[in-house]
Amino acid sequence: MNGRGNRPDNSARTRGPFAPWTDPDALPLVRFEAVSKHFAGVTAVDALTLDIYPGEFFALLGPSGCGKTTLLRMLAGFQTPDAGRVLLDGTDITDVAAHRRPVNMMFQSYALFPHLTVAGNVAFGLKQDGLPKDEIAARMAEMLRLLRLEGLETRKPHQLSGGQRQRVALARALVKHPRVLLLDEPLAALDKKLRGETQFELMRLKERLGLTFVIVTHDQEEAMTVANRIGVMNHGRLIQVATPSEIYEQPNSRWVADFIGDVNLIEGRIVKADAAGTTIASASVGTLRTAAVADARPGDAVAVALRPEKIRIARDMPVGDVNRVEGEVWEIGYLGDFSIYKVRLGDAFVINTAAANVTRLIERPVGIGDRVWLTWAADAGVVLTQ
Amino acid sequence: MTPATQPRAEARSWGQRLVILIPYLWLIAFFLVPFLIVFKISLSQYATAQPPYLPQLDITGGFETLREFVSELSFAGYARLVSDSLYLSSYGRSLAIALASTAMLLVLGFPIAYGMARAPRQWQGVLFMLIVLPFWTSFLIRVYAWMTILQRDGLLNQALLALGIVDTPPVWISTDIAIFIGIVYTYLPFMVLPIYATLERMDESLFEAAADLGCPRWKAFWLVTVPLALPGIIAGSLLCFIPIVGEFVIPDLLGGSGAMMIGQTLWLEFFGNRDWPAASAVAVVLLALLIVPLVLYQHVQARRLERGD
Repeated sequence: MNGRGNRPDNSARTRGPFAPWTDPDALPLVRFEAVSKHFAGVTAVDALTLDIYPGEFFALLGPSGCGKTTLLRMLAGFQTPDAGRVLLDGTDITDVAAHRRPVNMMFQSYALFPHLTVAGNVAFGLKQDGLPKDEIAARMAEMLRLLRLEGLETRKPHQLSGGQRQRVALARALVKHPRVLLLDEPLAALDKKLRGETQFELMRLKERLGLTFVIVTHDQEEAMTVANRIGVMNHGRLIQVATPSEIYEQPNSRWVADFIGDVNLIEGRIVKADAAGTTIASASVGTLRTAAVADARPGDAVAVALRPEKIRIARDMPVGDVNRVEGEVWEIGYLGDFSIYKVRLGDAFVINTAAANVTRLIERPVGIGDRVWLTWAADAGVVLTQ
Repeated sequence: MTPATQPRAEARSWGQRLVILIPYLWLIAFFLVPFLIVFKISLSQYATAQPPYLPQLDITGGFETLREFVSELSFAGYARLVSDSLYLSSYGRSLAIALASTAMLLVLGFPIAYGMARAPRQWQGVLFMLIVLPFWTSFLIRVYAWMTILQRDGLLNQALLALGIVDTPPVWISTDIAIFIGIVYTYLPFMVLPIYATLERMDESLFEAAADLGCPRWKAFWLVTVPLALPGIIAGSLLCFIPIVGEFVIPDLLGGSGAMMIGQTLWLEFFGNRDWPAASAVAVVLLALLIVPLVLYQHVQARRLERGD
């Protein structure tokens, strides 16, 4: 693997999808080896081990204070782990000073030098390397063109728009051709539309330059969009490391299922668990049958995670007696492209369902107070033991 | 933002105009008018009269007396400033002492400001108070305190003798060293505070960015810290340099009786010789000299405001 990503070109097709983490012979570019970091008695990172592969776009996702930024800063060299090692290309860089590491960071605040022009900012890192003047000029021109910053060379940061500042910060970090580009909440300061565009631009840049990106974000949509793999963190630990679709469709715990997207968590007990699937009895929605194979025995307390968009809502009673429940429409949230229906079962339990507004609103058949039936397919539910 | 974004003058109410007028009236009454009086006196001649100069302006005498009055004014006092080496050497000495002590203040003040800005948040208030605290005591009393510290059997010599650093007590008082000690002590807050203000709000991530881009810490100091602190350095230097040039109390109390700074010369002309025209001419030229750094200071301040920081 040489960082081609899952680009639909010939090399990618012959090599199959980009998934070096499934290849036991693949060598990681970055390795965190049981790293820990404590601040004044608070554990920021707790004996965390993680491999990141060349060419990957890796997202560290988690709530604020989960340790994701600390992990990134340990890779940048701004923080030294209390225990464990950080390896880059197999070399221990735990004690290498930040200014000697071949990684570059794009800061959340952008940290542009206010006294330097755009050109001065972008050339800053190249000048530190003592490169000849014409090479600095050539690489800078290339990067400014790539990030559509031509003509702004002599501007100072305070004369730029937010989007331009963000691109200058990106150019300044990328121009050094880092082994790993670190992005600390890079798009947090942009408005929603620009953020969406920039996410795709980041992916294109990574492919084009053949680099490895590690992004820290609390925005799950952002992580899902850009990343090859997501590491979901909480309390200084990695809860799950997987591709965006695995994280969404196969969360490994109640916490991940609840953190990523909307989910209905239905608590119950295993009735039957075998290779064909799992049967769960729940107090709220009756018997659930899922095709998922659970690592659990009859009697174990588990939760079934059901995504709202996987639940069908209908007025008519469906056939069969599993994976169905009757309720009353309690609230409807109209979001344009789809609507959220909150359906009350009995006294308290509310299930969220989402339905695409394929037909126009005026023809919508379900209204507040209607008695409706909810059904879902056998492969919709995920059994969570943790 | 610049005043251009404010409503135009004709749109302003009388109340607004009055508010704007008050500071101008103040400046005209207490700065411009006194300066014009001093300037007029500088063009007069010394006379044994009350007040001790001629001609006197008599606005009741009509046009003819006014013309006569103007014809009697002359720049002779200014010519004397150039011909008499006493004035030139006083100006030169004042500028040299101000320049040297501003340099000393910068060398001493920058590390103090840097240390304050880098200190933990909860300490910064205390350190700030320590810098400002001397202002709670009269300036004159603090200079007198230095006189007793620096005198022959003063605190400094007692300490040096007790520690065995010197055998015979060196002479401090009435030397240029004493003047520098007094000036640096007195003006240090004026150097430290503006520099501290620029360093204190400097974004820590700028230094991380510099390190991230391959710049070691000592180099980042010159490439990032100093350029960003430059407005504070310039403000602090001018805030010290300008008043030090005209300083009178410190050289008079701590310095020797030989060479004089321009403030002392001015005092001597005015109170010693009762030569008001000469003293006024000295003051006007001093002001003209200080206009250059004052305008520079204004320029720096205006640029900072423009940038919005």
